[in-house]
Amino acid sequence: MNMYLYPEYEVVRDESRCISCRVCERQCANLVHSFDAETGKMSADSAKCVNCHRCVCLCPSHALKIVKSDDTYKVNANWDNQTINEVYKQANSGGVLLSSMGNPKPYPVYWDKMLVNASQVTNPPIDPLREPMETQIYLGKRSVTIERDERGKLKDTLAPQLKLRVPVMFSAMSYGSISYNAHEALARAAEELGTFYNTGEGGLHKDFYRYGKNTIVQVASGRFGVFKDYLENAAAIEIKMGQGAKPGIGGHLPGAKITADVSETRMIPQGVDAISPAPHHDIYSIEDLRQLVYSLKEATEYKKPVIVKIAAVHNAAAIASGIARSGADIIAIDGYRGGTGAAPTRIRDHVGIPIELALAQVDQRLRDEGIRDEVSLVVGGSVRSSADVVKAIAMGADACYIGTAALLALGCHLCRSCHEGKCNWGIATQRPDLVKRLNPDLGYKRLVNLVTAWDHEIREMMGGMGINSVEALRGNRLMLRGIGLTDAELRILGIRYAGESM
Amino acid sequence: MLMREGQFRNPSGCAVTGVIDRSGKPMSGEGMIEAIAVMHDRSNGLGGGFAGYGIYPHYKDYYAFHLFYDKKEAQADAEAFLCRHFEIVYSSEIQTRKLPSVTDEPLIFRYFLAPLPQKLRNSHLDEREYVARCVNRINSETDGAYVFSSGKNMGIFKGVGYPEDIGRFYRLEEYGGYAWTCHGRYPTNTPGWWGGAHPFGLLDFSVVHNGEISSYDANRRYIEMFGYQCNLQTDTEVITYIVDYLVRKRGLTLEETAHVIAASFWSTIAEKGETEREQETLLRRMFPSLLVTGPFSVILGYEGGLMALNDRLKLRSMVCAEKGDLAYISSEESAIRKICPDLDRVWMPAGGEPVIFELYEKGGRAQ
Repeated sequence: MNMYLYPEYEVVRDESRCISCRVCERQCANLVHSFDAETGKMSADSAKCVNCHRCVCLCPSHALKIVKSDDTYKVNANWDNQTINEVYKQANSGGVLLSSMGNPKPYPVYWDKMLVNASQVTNPPIDPLREPMETQIYLGKRSVTIERDERGKLKDTLAPQLKLRVPVMFSAMSYGSISYNAHEALARAAEELGTFYNTGEGGLHKDFYRYGKNTIVQVASGRFGVFKDYLENAAAIEIKMGQGAKPGIGGHLPGAKITADVSETRMIPQGVDAISPAPHHDIYSIEDLRQLVYSLKEATEYKKPVIVKIAAVHNAAAIASGIARSGADIIAIDGYRGGTGAAPTRIRDHVGIPIELALAQVDQRLRDEGIRDEVSLVVGGSVRSSADVVKAIAMGADACYIGTAALLALGCHLCRSCHEGKCNWGIATQRPDLVKRLNPDLGYKRLVNLVTAWDHEIREMMGGMGINSVEALRGNRLMLRGIGLTDAELRILGIRYAGESM
Repeated sequence: MLMREGQFRNPSGCAVTGVIDRSGKPMSGEGMIEAIAVMHDRSNGLGGGFAGYGIYPHYKDYYAFHLFYDKKEAQADAEAFLCRHFEIVYSSEIQTRKLPSVTDEPLIFRYFLAPLPQKLRNSHLDEREYVARCVNRINSETDGAYVFSSGKNMGIFKGVGYPEDIGRFYRLEEYGGYAWTCHGRYPTNTPGWWGGAHPFGLLDFSVVHNGEISSYDANRRYIEMFGYQCNLQTDTEVITYIVDYLVRKRGLTLEETAHVIAASFWSTIAEKGETEREQETLLRRMFPSLLVTGPFSVILGYEGGLMALNDRLKLRSMVCAEKGDLAYISSEESAIRKICPDLDRVWMPAGGEPVIFELYEKGGRAQ
């Protein structure tokens, strides 16, 4: 017996507006909409709807909306509808529940419990429209020895760094999990913005070698697509130890998404599930990580910074301290709200910790140990707005990774069904008819718009604080105050409560 | 109860001024007192102080420590510590003049010290680092004792009151020094603790500063990685530590230090000549967390010279002037004109442009 589950969302059609043009039918890869030739009317099967809003957005007469179903089991604060439904689904299938994108559960969002300072009287706010305001940064090691040449000039003893015109990068999303067009949009936007995008663990399509100066390539546990040209065509190399959405497990790309092109780029067979292992099987300890860091540096002649990316977990501070002593130039920390193309629901929703808390602890720990200059810190998962960026930098981050926000700019509506491979927006799919819906010429401009807008907002907020360089905001925790937080939360975040003076 | 300096962050507006005779000829502290008195309204009676250089010629080879004691027991504790780490060559209470406008003064003592050779050797530290750490330990660990001056052949004199009163209180007209700096304070709080007045000093560095820096916590959290403890939570303290770190510990020149603290904007750097561009870019990439933003005008005193530095937007006033061997720096030109009406040259340095006046024997020259 398969238990019938009433659809979570219902498609509502305003019959007075519907002109039966069948756009919705053509746009829906989930086959929700259908046309009845006899009555000349459209109908919808809500059970198939993932609530991606493609039909709502494209309906020329705005006849469609999606509403949350009001069907309910007997109301129970412990056993809510979703919990009950998930039990039914597992009893039906015997399978692990799969989900996509970030943790949607109502956990506290610490960004929203922090407030930013502004100048009044004793020092002036700075007007970014009239004065220079700097958001350019360099990522990498800053620990240096001072050496001088025969003229007494300082020698460049710095390890290679990445120069970012804005403190925002696009986080790792693999070709395979997202489409060719999505990748192209990200790469071109990174180039125009003077920042970086990240290949994820899916290799680098040869067409995108030309964006190498703005590309971070990932070396993950499956080593997909890793070879000489891949490393050489990158600006930096990221070792992926973990991902915020699924700490402690590897990746899973369904065979359906492994088309010929994806297969060639990943260097794996076509149509077969690509499963990357939970650990790197050559890294069972911190000293092993050091060997991989230096292997990659040797392979690229010490010309590229190496990033080590970890998921935010309970012991993040100590782990980061170990990484900072292992030759890495940059540590990327991914919070438990970070997105994913596919993850077991239970892991996505219950494993890991908020990025805000992990960042606060990692930054402080590295300073306590006097090794903050050994690495830059990049945080993601999830950074939703320029205000989150400002707060992250004030907390101690050097820059932020954005993934979900970038996909939203490309059209994603967070239906959280990426793992099904039928993304109506042409993002998380490999179906050619769907991929072509995402026009990279328009997509990259939307990404440039988004980050440019954030950059303006970051400048405004910095100017308000009387700060004219993002360097002077980094780690400037006195600029933050907590609201609605406990003493323990304030202690962990290393900030004072709103109303407490300087 | 009001919190004491160091238990909260205390920004303040201020007046600063300084003078140096580049020929090395000593002058009394009287001129500084007259100059700062002109800027009376830039202070509010909650702090004033002076630094004099070349004032202890007879003890120039010894570290001159000036200490405040809140109570007699603190003196016993601090002196026990000093005896364990230094030979005390000479010590006495600092002579002061009772004034109705200066009240609640602590006990104020002066010591001329030489590090105990055996102790210094065993510490494996450079002599100055040894002294700096001793200062840090007294200030952090000895309740009621505070070292507020620790350089050679220089001294800081400060307290709660208007600066001109503080100068007279310390009888600065009786001292002769080749350089002086002075500070009148306008704190936006009322701690009333003498240790919280300025200049702030470490070894022979002294800093007077007018402003409120917006980068404070970024700078503080960075510099504290290198053994400094920002106990007072003032801008002046953190700026002093930044200078000490970059100049004494990392070996940067004062100009290079200025390019870190008040770095040119990237857009300005891009327009500079190749060497300057490379050097300034390198400095910003090496020490980005020591960039100081927000308004400041700083006078740094050190053995043999003074450096004036404004924030890169020049959000605080600062004027420089020259008359023969004499060079002046001040928040307001009026203070300079008061003691030297007829000047050879007066100018306002641009934001982020360091102005350095040094003794001729150190290679100083007219600007």
